[in-house]
Amino acid sequence: MTITTTTADEIVDARGLSCPMPIVKTATLFRTLEAGKTVEVLATDPGSVKDFAAWARSTGNQLIASTQEGSVYRFLIQKS
Amino acid sequence: MDAPLNLVLFSGTDDRLNAAAVLAAGAAALGRPVNVFLQYWALDAFRADRIGADHGLAPEAGEAGRRAVDALREAGQVTWADTLRQVKGLGGIDIQACSLSMDLLHITEADLDPLVDGVEGVTAFYLNAGDGPVTFI
Repeated sequence: MTITTTTADEIVDARGLSCPMPIVKTATLFRTLEAGKTVEVLATDPGSVKDFAAWARSTGNQLIASTQEGSVYRFLIQKS
Repeated sequence: MDAPLNLVLFSGTDDRLNAAAVLAAGAAALGRPVNVFLQYWALDAFRADRIGADHGLAPEAGEAGRRAVDALREAGQVTWADTLRQVKGLGGIDIQACSLSMDLLHITEADLDPLVDGVEGVTAFYLNAGDGPVTFI
């Protein structure tokens, strides 16, 4: 499944940032995000695959997609 | 996941402070409260006039470790202080200076970086720690 940037309400570009900054940036955005809104996260940290799955599970937000294109990981997350 | 993460920071080297900042960030991102208690050389590293300085590495790092840390920083890795500043934006993290260490280092609250929320004794730290584990770094 390929996610294009147009499907998300917000984008977090965390490419080049090491753990745990992709999660910190995303969690910060989610603090003020309305329920139902979607966020696309771009990251290059390999640890982010398991981190975003765990973060979504723990916070109750919906990880709609987790894909990889080359060295870039894309996550589509919906705020519950 | 309501039990707080309680970190006692003793070492003032950049590698240990970075490891601590990463642990704090992960817990805060999950909505878990984080209590940080600064003692000795870690407290010294939080002085406003030297928080951005090179604080060296733990002895086990060696020369190869130094090169690896430098390479990561040149690649754009965020410093431990900047990581903690971003964690502050998530809320739920409280950073306190150990009053005994303040006496030891002859410093006052005015000497500390704004990341530090206040000064307390070990009893107050344990009270806030609640049922959460205490990790010494």
